[in-house]
Amino acid sequence: MIDVKDSLVFKSALLLQREAKSFLITLGMIGKDFVKVMYYILRLRVNLMALIEQSSRFAVDSLPITLAIVGMTSIIISMQISPELAKQGAENYIGMLSALVMVRELAAIMAGFAIISMIGSSFASELASMSVGDQISAMRVLKVNPVEYLIVPRFLAGVIMMPFVFVLSSFVGLLCAGYVAKITADLSMLNYVDSLWRGLYVRDIMIALLKSSFFGGTIALISCSSGFGARGGAKEVGEATTRAVVWSFLAIAIWDYIFAAMFYL
Amino acid sequence: MTIKVQNLTKIFNNKKVLDNISFSVEDGETLGVVGFSGSGKSTLLKIISKLLNSDSGNIETTKNSDIAMTFQYSALFDFLDVYHNIAFPLLERKEFKGKYTKEELKKIVAQKLKIVGLEGIENKFPSELSGGMQKRVGFARAIVTNPKIILYDEPTAGLDPVSSTLIEDYINELKVELNASCIVVTHQMSTITRACDKVILLYEGKIVFKGSISEFLDGNNPYTRQFITASIEGPMEIKSTT
Repeated sequence: MIDVKDSLVFKSALLLQREAKSFLITLGMIGKDFVKVMYYILRLRVNLMALIEQSSRFAVDSLPITLAIVGMTSIIISMQISPELAKQGAENYIGMLSALVMVRELAAIMAGFAIISMIGSSFASELASMSVGDQISAMRVLKVNPVEYLIVPRFLAGVIMMPFVFVLSSFVGLLCAGYVAKITADLSMLNYVDSLWRGLYVRDIMIALLKSSFFGGTIALISCSSGFGARGGAKEVGEATTRAVVWSFLAIAIWDYIFAAMFYL
Repeated sequence: MTIKVQNLTKIFNNKKVLDNISFSVEDGETLGVVGFSGSGKSTLLKIISKLLNSDSGNIETTKNSDIAMTFQYSALFDFLDVYHNIAFPLLERKEFKGKYTKEELKKIVAQKLKIVGLEGIENKFPSELSGGMQKRVGFARAIVTNPKIILYDEPTAGLDPVSSTLIEDYINELKVELNASCIVVTHQMSTITRACDKVILLYEGKIVFKGSISEFLDGNNPYTRQFITASIEGPMEIKSTT
């Protein structure tokens, strides 16, 4: 007779239960850290030197890769749409369409993905290594609050610097798209810029800046929280980094949906 | 009295990791805590250092005693140089922030480095130091606030015999210098005999021996005999988890 515990259904249910538990634990951990971070920010307990250091890391160090990713993506999209629009005699809409796509969606989300893979993963692995190497415990014994010292400056750096990354990414993306339109659709830069202005709205820019800020804070918080929760050894450092990347991707996709539904539906 | 531990119990996953532990450590005294891996030694240190909460029992310390702890793998902050590692609590702790000038801080760090025999390495990073040197920098960081209680977690683990002897000497020197109460968790017999005044032996979260070094070495307690002779046979069962 087959034991019910050996059945596929039982094993699947067990796995599902474990995954659900792990999901809720991670969510709880991030929520708890967010409350702590806000507590210190509202009491203005922010280490300015650490904030400057993390801001430079967040924006400057990640910029080459971020701009390369956004630039390449806009080149590819422009390569696809410019000849098609030119064929329909709508080349004067290339700039407008590029501005809409870039500002409303592409620049923020692609920059977010680049930041997750470069900075988020680095935050997570760094804090996870500190956690498994007892450095965070040492900080507690020395009566220095590790959330205040490590997470708050990283979170604020994300919130403050991500809009800057977005602005630069948009600029580079639009420049690349215009250049491709000039080659593939024979559209002059003057006409491209003229068309571009028609697709740029202050409201869109403000929403995108706010969205970028949410992306930056979310990436930093999830990455730090995942790293903080690591226990054990090298395997857990890897797991924490993976968790940070997966959760950050998921979170910014959800934020993106919320912003789109709130402002464009 | 500086540390008095009474009826301390800690439970993890329905298992008593510490079971009704009581002991005290006087000023200028060092207590060695020994036992197999998994017997609850490190948990005991974590509870005393307030990294963990106990399920029952209490710990009394002399009023306003600062508790310092050194870790098995030093736990130096690898993103900071030696100077900033040692000065860390003075630079970042609320009650010390802005209390010392740069010059005063430099003087304090140099003085602590001198105590552990490592003058002039302020600008080095932890990755540039040997394991023994890292431990000594960890000691310097621990004593920078002049604590009255110092906890050492496996201070000589992974070190060669000469470095171990050096570390044991520093444990004795720091105790005298600060008149501190020290607790040393160790597996090394040399550390017990050279650096400790008394010993407790833990087995399955319980104290199975408590006494002086001479009682530990010469007594007829079957637990201590098994531990000293490193015998598989004896009252302490070696489990697959140890």
